[in-house]
Amino acid sequence: MAQTHTSAAPAVSNGSNRHQLIVFILMAAFFAIAPAFVYPIFLMKLMCFALFACAFNLLIGYVGLLSFGHAMFLGLAGYVSAHAAKVWGVTPEVAILLGTGCSGLLAVITGYLAIKRQGIYFAMITLALAQMVFFFSLQAPFTGGEDGIQAVPRGRLFGVFDLGTAAGMYPVVLVIFLGGFLLIWRIINSPFGQILKAIRENEPRAVSLGYDTDRYKHVAFILSGTLAGLAGATKSLVFQLASLTDVHWTMSGEVVLMTLLGGMGTLFGPVVGAAVIVSMQNYLAQLGAWVTIVQGLVFVVCVLAFRRGIVGEIANLIRKPL
Amino acid sequence: MEIFGVPTQALFGQLLIGLINGSFYALLSLGLAVIFGLLNIINFAHGAQYMMGAFVAYLLLAKLGLSYWWALLLAPIIVGFTGVIIERTMLKPLYKLDHLYGLLLTFGIALVIQGLFRNEYGSSGQPYSVPPQLSGGRHLGFMFLPNYRAWVVFASLVVCLLTWFVIERTKLGAYLRAATENPTLVQAFGINVPRMITLTYGFGVGLAALAGVMAAPIYQVSPQMGADLIIVVFAVVVIGGMGSIMGSIVTGFGLGLIEGLTKVFYPEASNTVIFVIMVIVLLLRPAGLFGTQK
Repeated sequence: MAQTHTSAAPAVSNGSNRHQLIVFILMAAFFAIAPAFVYPIFLMKLMCFALFACAFNLLIGYVGLLSFGHAMFLGLAGYVSAHAAKVWGVTPEVAILLGTGCSGLLAVITGYLAIKRQGIYFAMITLALAQMVFFFSLQAPFTGGEDGIQAVPRGRLFGVFDLGTAAGMYPVVLVIFLGGFLLIWRIINSPFGQILKAIRENEPRAVSLGYDTDRYKHVAFILSGTLAGLAGATKSLVFQLASLTDVHWTMSGEVVLMTLLGGMGTLFGPVVGAAVIVSMQNYLAQLGAWVTIVQGLVFVVCVLAFRRGIVGEIANLIRKPL
Repeated sequence: MEIFGVPTQALFGQLLIGLINGSFYALLSLGLAVIFGLLNIINFAHGAQYMMGAFVAYLLLAKLGLSYWWALLLAPIIVGFTGVIIERTMLKPLYKLDHLYGLLLTFGIALVIQGLFRNEYGSSGQPYSVPPQLSGGRHLGFMFLPNYRAWVVFASLVVCLLTWFVIERTKLGAYLRAATENPTLVQAFGINVPRMITLTYGFGVGLAALAGVMAAPIYQVSPQMGADLIIVVFAVVVIGGMGSIMGSIVTGFGLGLIEGLTKVFYPEASNTVIFVIMVIVLLLRPAGLFGTQK
């Protein structure tokens, strides 16, 4: 998707990272003090979706691969960690690791299949594979079918810290979100990330330079799926619920929307996009089908007139990568 | 009478349902392939437009008293016309961009259309009865064949083959195929390629609407009827590859039959069998059964 990225491309130079660092510190500070003013559950939901969108953005923004099935990683990790916490009674950190690991494994398999085709076929394949995971979740005995897994105990972190209250859970989610974000940031700026961007800009050229692009794409897919799983596992503990909503294709569409609205290929765009969409859903929740209509309209407007997204536009305005 | 421990009535009954689903897969994937060939976009709104076809048929009957046969003619034209408007106003500016934007745009359009219909008619289905000329059915000895279902399979097959004939064997089709290969050159020969693109999109959308009208008496007319179907059709398209018209038709009907058989022998997998086949095809023949790797 070369068109959008022309603005983000100069992000490579070293001096530019300072602005990003400042914005990151502001963001971390915001999330650290925000629970004093905003409902903490809402903030935790926001951070889970923000991490989910950042993981998705790693693929679309930096490799140019549009996955239309990222809900499978979010949902599967949610189910696995909810099951582990509730039925096996493991501590929350183990539950989250198990869920994330399963999504990582799923990403190894689905990524291997999906990168066999390019462009729109890639999108259709990921969508179809995710639908398969959806039907699996609907029918498998441990997922609770339409009910999902409810009343998941948050337990005690490392067997010591009680996560039962919002005050106990919040720091954990904050650390996971910021940690995931920093990891993605590190990946993007690593030599590995540079090669990903090269593949995005011109894959045949990257091949001609001797890079095994399929392997790079596969690793990027696994990283993205695993981090999306981390978001899903955390989310299931926050809401103490794993349900079919998180595996459904509408969720895959939502994460695309968050990233598109915030700005594909920008570092902070997915966080902003997630914040806008999650707040919108909160306020429009009573309006039923209108949420879908508004989301569809946002899609249309973004694609037609606003392809850089919110953060992309700001970055373009101040001529600094964000 | 039994075959492999399954009563023939059940076996052939499911095969018939498979064949009907296959007709819809064929019609929808054919439309997707025609649109993709010329516009290079995947029309994510295809499922929503299929649903619109069914709703137009329902509304024509409920509001204007126009019968199924009128709907069969009018619904594809009406829905195809909305497709023309979408192409002219929204898709056109995207051709010079990455193809993925077309996918994202049509996904948004699908959400809007489905949301609007859900607002108006709720999530539950509206009944649409089989036209009187095609009610009833006949006993074939080994199974009971409802007339309407036989008609759907027959009509879709005719429409599919007609489309194949027009594209592969007529002058119009030759222009179309030439424009798929090299639009600039075809335009240089004095053919109005932008108009051809618009009409092609309208035609593909019309095919989806036609499938919707035919589906209306079989499934209930509901806003979500196309949403899950389109994902299966995407898998069908990945399996067949979009390179060949005949390939889309054969793959559509074939996969419908396989799905029907799965319902008989291993019902738990009937939802996923097409996706499993997609995985196998990707492993063995990544370009699809009839496709060429681009």
